Amino acid sequence: MTQAVSLSAPATTAPSPIARAVREALFAGVISFGLFVLFIGLKSDQNIDNRLIVVTRWGTLAIVVALTMLGRFLFVGFLAPAFQARKARRAKVEVVSEAGFVKRNLLAIAIFALFLYPVFIISTAGLQGSLKWVDNFGIQILIYVMLAWGLNIVVGLAGLLDLGYVAFYAVGAYSYALLASELGWSFWILLPTAGILAAFWGVILGFPVLRLRGDYLAIVTLAFGEIIRLVLINWREVTNGSAGISGIPKIDFFGWFTFNVSDPNYFGKVFGLGVSGAYYKIFLYYLILLLALLTAFVTIRLRRMPVGRAWEALREDEIACRSLGINTTNTKLTAFAIGAMFGGFAGSFFAARQGFVSPESFVFLESAIILAIVVLGGMGSLPGIAIAAVVMIGGTEILREMNFLKLIFGPSFTPELYRMLLFGLAMVIVMLWKPRGFVGSREPTAFLRARKAVSSSFTKEGHG
Amino acid sequence: MAATATQKVAGAMPEGAILAVEHLSMKFGGLIAIGDLSFEAQRGEITALIGPNGAGKTTVFNCITGFYKPTEGMIRMQRKTGEEFLLERMPDFQIPAKAKVARTFQNIRLFSGMTLLENLLVAQHNKLMKASGFTVMGLLGLGGYRKSAAEAKELAQFWLEKADLVDRADDPAGDLSYGAQRRLEIARAMCTGPELLCLDEPAAGLNPRESLALNTLLNDIKDTTGTSILLIEHDMSVVMEISDHVVVLEYGRKIADGTPAEVKADPRVIAAYLGVDDEEVQDVLVEVGDAEVIHELDAEPRPDQAPENSASMLAGPVEETIAQSGDEVAIADPGASKAAQIDRLNEEKR
Amino acid sequence: MEYFIQQLINGLTLGSIYGLIAIGYTMVYGIIGMINFAHGDVFMIGAFIALIVFLVLTTVFYSIPVALALLIMMIVAMLLTSLYNWTIEKVAYRPLRGSFRLAPLITAIGMSIALSNFVQVAQGPRNKPIPPLVGRVYEIGGVVISLKQIIIVAVTAVLLTLFWYLVNKTALGRAQRACEQDRKMAALLGIDVDRTISITFIMGASLAAVAGTLFLMYYGVIVFSDGFVPGVKAFTAAVLGGIGSIPGAVLGGLLIGFIESMWSAYFSIDYKDVAAFSILAIVLIFMPSGILGRPEVEKV
Repeated sequence: MTQAVSLSAPATTAPSPIARAVREALFAGVISFGLFVLFIGLKSDQNIDNRLIVVTRWGTLAIVVALTMLGRFLFVGFLAPAFQARKARRAKVEVVSEAGFVKRNLLAIAIFALFLYPVFIISTAGLQGSLKWVDNFGIQILIYVMLAWGLNIVVGLAGLLDLGYVAFYAVGAYSYALLASELGWSFWILLPTAGILAAFWGVILGFPVLRLRGDYLAIVTLAFGEIIRLVLINWREVTNGSAGISGIPKIDFFGWFTFNVSDPNYFGKVFGLGVSGAYYKIFLYYLILLLALLTAFVTIRLRRMPVGRAWEALREDEIACRSLGINTTNTKLTAFAIGAMFGGFAGSFFAARQGFVSPESFVFLESAIILAIVVLGGMGSLPGIAIAAVVMIGGTEILREMNFLKLIFGPSFTPELYRMLLFGLAMVIVMLWKPRGFVGSREPTAFLRARKAVSSSFTKEGHG
Repeated sequence: MAATATQKVAGAMPEGAILAVEHLSMKFGGLIAIGDLSFEAQRGEITALIGPNGAGKTTVFNCITGFYKPTEGMIRMQRKTGEEFLLERMPDFQIPAKAKVARTFQNIRLFSGMTLLENLLVAQHNKLMKASGFTVMGLLGLGGYRKSAAEAKELAQFWLEKADLVDRADDPAGDLSYGAQRRLEIARAMCTGPELLCLDEPAAGLNPRESLALNTLLNDIKDTTGTSILLIEHDMSVVMEISDHVVVLEYGRKIADGTPAEVKADPRVIAAYLGVDDEEVQDVLVEVGDAEVIHELDAEPRPDQAPENSASMLAGPVEETIAQSGDEVAIADPGASKAAQIDRLNEEKR
Repeated sequence: MEYFIQQLINGLTLGSIYGLIAIGYTMVYGIIGMINFAHGDVFMIGAFIALIVFLVLTTVFYSIPVALALLIMMIVAMLLTSLYNWTIEKVAYRPLRGSFRLAPLITAIGMSIALSNFVQVAQGPRNKPIPPLVGRVYEIGGVVISLKQIIIVAVTAVLLTLFWYLVNKTALGRAQRACEQDRKMAALLGIDVDRTISITFIMGASLAAVAGTLFLMYYGVIVFSDGFVPGVKAFTAAVLGGIGSIPGAVLGGLLIGFIESMWSAYFSIDYKDVAAFSILAIVLIFMPSGILGRPEVEKV
C-alpha cells in the first residue's frame, strides 16, 4: 500500500499531505460506493412466499462508505507518512544490540512455556474452564503449526508449490478412522501407518508432477487434493460419503490407562480423580505438542543433512543441482513424501481428537490456510511459521470470544460470521506489510566461522 | 543405463585422451547447431573451445554434460580408472556423479540464498548421501556421518582458500561480486571431485584483476589436482595464455584444431573470429601472410574429421545445411561462413 | 446418437461458461505471471450483481422484457465486477508486483476468501433462486435445445470475436502483448504498464461477469460459495489449454465442458469432476505446458 501511495505521489510537486488525503478519501468513497451499493445497500431476502425480494439498507451503506473514506484519509494523511518517516529513520541508524538473555534462549523459553500452558490455564480457569482454551486454542493452533511445518518442507525448503496438501491430512485422518474403527488397532500402531500411507500418496502425487513447474504444478496438486476429497465423498461403501465416519476410538495411553469413562482403567479412576473431559484434552495437547516438536526436530536435522541441503539447492537452482550430480527426481520425491508423512501424522491425530471425520474437513480452503501460514511465516523459517499460525488461527478463534461486541452492535451481532472475512483480509494485509513473511531471513545450515542469517533478498522461492 | 554407458565401444580411445567427441551433431528443429564435430581433450591439459557468437560452443557443453541429447554422435569419456562412459547416453545428473565431469555456466548459477560453504557442501551431495546412510542413519545419529560431514567441510574450506574466498565463507553467495561468483562456481564444481572440468566462458565480464585471479586458479587446479579442463572462451587473449590445445568452431563446425600458436596463425580462424566483412577476407589473407603457408597448414586434413568421410547425415558444407534449414531458422546467408570464404579463396588460388 | 449430440450441446454450453472465466485467468497470467485465485469469486460477484439487478428491475418495473432485463443485468454486472477486479488489483496485487512470487498468490487466496465471505455476510448464506427467465425449448430430431443454451453459446461466440479483435487488432491489444513479452521494455517504449494491467483485469472481470449472468440465467440459483467450483474448473481449463494462451483457454473450457457432460452421461455423475481433474493431470504429464501453451524452454 505504501509503495502504491509513494508511487502516485509525484516527487517534484509535494501538495500538502492533508489535501492529498482528502482527495484520496473522496476517491475511495466513490469507489467503495460503487463496490458496496448493491451488496450492502441492498439485500436479497426471501419473503413469506419464498420469493426473493430486495431490502434496502442505505444507512449501513452510508456508514461503510464513510468508514472507508475515513480509513483512507487516515492512512494517506497520517499513517503512510509515519511509515515513511520510520523507514527513513531506520535506514539511517543501523541498530546493533547485544542479544539479551530472553532473545538468546527464546526457543527454550518458548518450548517451556508451551509445556506449562495447560497448567497455567487450569490454575486460572479451573478444570472445566480450561477445556475451551486447551482445545480451541492450544490443540487447534498446534495442529496447524504441525501441518504448516510439514508443508514447509515441500514449499519452503524444496520450493515446490503444493496446493493440495490437505489431501495427505485426509489420507492420515481416514487411515486412522477406518483402521481404528474396523480393525480396532491402537493409535500407536496407526500413527506410523498413517504417516507411511500419506508418504506413499505423496510419492504417487510426486511422480506425475515431477516435470511440471510453477503454476502447472500448483493446479495439478490442487486437482489432486480435490480428487481425494471427491473420492472420499463418493466412495460411500468405504468412507460413508459426506456423512463421514463417527465413533472413532479415542487414543489410550499405551494401554496403561484410557480416556473412556466406562473403561476399568479410566484415567480418572486410575489416579483417583473425578470424571472430566479435560483430561483427554490435556493429554491430546501434550501429544500434538510432542508431534509438532518431532516435526520441527526432524526438519532441523534434515536441513543439516545432504537431502535437506539438496532441497534448498533445488529451490535456488534446479539446473545447477543437476550439474552437481544431484538426482533431482529423488530429491523432489523425498520432499513430497516427508512433507506428506507429517500431514498424515497430523491427520491421524485430528481423527482421534475429533472422533469424527468427514470430507468437509479437507476442502481446498484448508490447503490454502496452511499454505498461507507457511508463506506468512516466512518460507523455511520454523519460528516464523509458528508465529503465523498463532496470529492467523488464534486471531480468528479469538473472534468467537468477543461477546462484548454484542454490546456495541446489538444482540443480533455474531462475530463468528466475520471470522473468515477477517481471516482473508488479514492474509492480504499481512502479506502487503511483510511480503517475505514474519521471519524473512534464512538460517544457514553450516558455518565456518560465524553463523550469519541470510537476508531474504538473496533466497529464491523456487520455480516448482 | 550405466551398464550400456560403460560398455566398450568399437575403437579404442585415442592415446592420452580423456574426452573424445565423435561426429557430434545437434539439431534444433531445422537449425543445425552443431554439425559433425569431432575433437579430443587430452588428460591433464587445458583445452579451449573457441568461436564467434552462436558458433554452438555452449551447445557442445550442454551435450557433454547431458543437458541436451545430441541428435547424432558419440561423446566418450575415459576415467583414470580406465572406465569408459558414453556421456550422450547418461542422464544429466549421473554425468557429474559417475563420469566425473563437472561444469560451470555462462550465466552463473549459484545457490544465491545459501552461504558459500553451503554451496560447496551441496556439491558433495552424493558422497555425503552415502555417508549418511541415505539420510536414515544420519537422522538417527548412527554411522560415520558426523566424520564425513567434517571432512566435507574441510574440502570446502580447501577450495574456498584456493578460490581466495575463505573470508566470505559464511556470506550468501548472491552477495559476492561477479568475479568472486565465477571463482565460487569453479570451486563448487571442483568439490564434486571431477576429472574433467568444463568451464563456460569463465572470464566473461571479469575485470583484468579478476581475470588474472581466474587464470591463477585454473592453473592451480591443473597443476595440483591433475584435473583436465575444457573451457569455452570468447576472449582470445585468455585462451592463448592458459590453454594447451584449442578447437575453433564456426556455425557448429570445426574450422581449426591445434596449439594456440597454430590456431592463431590460421587465416580461417582469424576471418571467422574477427568477423570481418566479406570484402575484407582477402585483406586478412594478405595480412596473415603467404597463401601457400596457409595452404600447407591445412594440407593434410585429418580423414576422420573430413565431412566427406562422415556417415553423418548432417555432414557437408555449411551452405548446404543452412539452405536445408528452412526460412525461420536461417541463421545466415549461404556463404556467411568466413572460414568457408577463405577456403574458397584458397581453392581459387590453387 | 441423439443422446450423444444432446450431451455435446450440454458440454458446449458448460464449456462456454468455463471458457469465458478461463480467459480472465489466462490473460492475467499472461501479463503479470500470477494466478488470480480470486477470479472464481469475481465470477460469483458478477452473478450476484446480476441477481440483485434482476431483483431491483422486477421490483421497480411491473413487467420488463426478458431480453432487456438480461441486457441490463449483463451491463451492470460487467461494470461493477470490473470495478471489483480493478480495486483488487490496485489494493492487493500492485504493491507486490516485482516482489516475491508467492506473495501475490497468497493475497489472491486471501481476497478469494474475503470476497466469498463478504457476500455471505452481506447477502446471507442461503441459496438465492430466481424464477426461470428463459423457458423456451426447441426439439430438433430428438435433440432438445433450450433457448438458454443458444443464448449462452451465441453470447460467448460474439464476445470472443470482439475480444479476439480487441487483443489482436487494436493498440490496446498490442500494448497488452508487449507487456506480456517484456514489461520493462514496454515501459521504456512509453506503454503505460500499470494502465495496461488494470485494463487486463477489467477485461477479465467483464467476461467473468457475463459468465456469471449466464450462469445465473442457466441454473436459476446462486450462492456465495459458487465461485470456487467454476473457478477451479476454469483455472483447470486455462491450464489444460496452456495458460497464457487465449485460444487455449477457450479450447480448455470446451474440453472440460465436454468431459464433464460426457462423463456424467456415460459413466457416473459423481465422478465427473474426478474425471476432469484426472484428464488435466494426464494431459500435463505428456504436454507439460498444456495443449496450446508455448513449451517452456529450459535455458542452460
